Amino acid sequence: MTDIKTSPPDAQPKPVRLPPSRGSRKTRMAAWLFVAPAFIAYAAFVLAPLCMSIYYSLLRWDGIGEAQFYGLSNYVTVLTDSDLLQIIGNAFQLVLYFTLIPVLLGLAVAAAIRSHMAGRFGTITRTVLFLPQVIPLVAAGIAWSWMFASTGLVNQTLKAIGLSSWARGWLGDFVWALPAVGIIGAWVLLGLCTMLLVTGITKIDPSLYEAARLDGARPWHEFRYITLPGLRQEIGVCITVTVIAALASFDIVYISTQGGPGITTTVPGLEIYRLAFAHRQVGLASALAIVLMVLVLISIAPVQWFTRDKK
Amino acid sequence: MKTASPNSLIARGLIIVLMIVTLLPFLSMLSAALAPQGTYPNGLQWPADPQWGNFVRAFEVARMDQLLLSSTLIVLGVVPVSVLIATMAGYGLAKLTSNRYKWLYLVFVFGLTLPFEAVITPLYYEVRALGLLNTRFAIILPLIGLYMPFSVYWMRAHFLNVPHDLTEAAQLDGATRWKEFWLVQVPLARPAIMSLTILLFLWTWNQFLLPVVLVQDPMQRTMAGALGAFQGQWGTDIPLLCAGSLLILAPTVALFLVFQRQFVAALMQGAVKG
Repeated sequence: MTDIKTSPPDAQPKPVRLPPSRGSRKTRMAAWLFVAPAFIAYAAFVLAPLCMSIYYSLLRWDGIGEAQFYGLSNYVTVLTDSDLLQIIGNAFQLVLYFTLIPVLLGLAVAAAIRSHMAGRFGTITRTVLFLPQVIPLVAAGIAWSWMFASTGLVNQTLKAIGLSSWARGWLGDFVWALPAVGIIGAWVLLGLCTMLLVTGITKIDPSLYEAARLDGARPWHEFRYITLPGLRQEIGVCITVTVIAALASFDIVYISTQGGPGITTTVPGLEIYRLAFAHRQVGLASALAIVLMVLVLISIAPVQWFTRDKK
Repeated sequence: MKTASPNSLIARGLIIVLMIVTLLPFLSMLSAALAPQGTYPNGLQWPADPQWGNFVRAFEVARMDQLLLSSTLIVLGVVPVSVLIATMAGYGLAKLTSNRYKWLYLVFVFGLTLPFEAVITPLYYEVRALGLLNTRFAIILPLIGLYMPFSVYWMRAHFLNVPHDLTEAAQLDGATRWKEFWLVQVPLARPAIMSLTILLFLWTWNQFLLPVVLVQDPMQRTMAGALGAFQGQWGTDIPLLCAGSLLILAPTVALFLVFQRQFVAALMQGAVKG
């Protein structure tokens, strides 16, 4: 880009001012009318409840009787109570499974295939890999509860390959329940991430790879210096989607473990539900809700920042 | 296309493994669904005497016909309205407002990452105050609002790419904004609207948290919400549970198989933009 930003000599004269252009009063009225219905719906069922969440979070309230102003005590509880901290920690552990497995496997497939999946094979692949995205998470939870059950396929397979001692009721195990839940999430998100990354890699200019090969680059170097940077945006998308899915998870946990055994698989979403509707601690539930919202924002922001196109 | 190099053979192998992993839970459910009633089947084992009747029983027990009706009513209540008002707002934000009103757009975008759990408690009290608890409107109205960030964002992105000349041409022809919107913009926006419709349909049909919190009666819920109740009731009868789950996820899977191309495109773009 050179510096000729001033109008070139032959610039066309500005077009004749057109009837109602942006910014005129009439247009502004029209704009409001077009935006109003969506905004009203959004304000009524998102912005207003969000404000109420913030307000509730400052109260000590059982949802029925008188509410007491409680200051920031609920937040102090959320950030110091060992159970609640463990629950928040569980959500971040789930990120490891929900995010790392799909992204790494997806990258492996994308790097290996590096071309369009054309023809019938491509169609079948897309169809199969997207199935988990189409079914309700609840159904995924039920399917995998059955997979992980004591007579389920996972144990059946372990026994078949002579690892009977490994067989267990996975979702009832204090150590293995959380990883098992993580596997369910990874299963749901795997296809989406793989397809996004495979599609993304076809957009990388193939001549880059040829040039690298001529320069004697090793496959690892190709991956490191061409594939990864070229896929930055797609990786960003995958991480964003999967991190949100992990931190805000509810359906899968509710169905497969109910948060147990103990609180080993309880996540903030489930705890908010329990606190608000079973334990009648609306204030504490709301404080946890706000903390969850902030945690999601904080986790997503750097991903967005790193993966945005440098422009 | 290149010929099959070793690399792409590895890739094919990997993909086939992924596909098997994706399909196994479904097959395992199917094999369990066909086991004799009341037995405790094995993970994956074709039953000697497949009990297809389990599906009939699950259909009756889950009252699938009513569930289908309920989910359809909810989808019909949510999706058309959401798509319409989001398209209008997308157009309004992209074409009619100057930079000064960017904040309005940012307010919408702020909701993109908002977990539903963050507002579910106040929603409960709000819906109760409106007297809508335990009705389908308890799911319909909040969902319309909750879908606005994504929907408006999506439609605005589409309208930003529509050349401004078009608007100007329509204006010179003396069309009102409203006419221009319906006669010029909406027909052109059809692909974006189509994708949005598919996504909102899926999200509504599969919505779980709202029905669980706001609607007690499974017959007034979405498919996913009803499935939760079904599991609570029949969780120990594995053949019935698996048969019921397969039935409940069949409608979306059937639609998906028919409109595979559109679904995949919508889901991929939806992820990229969301």
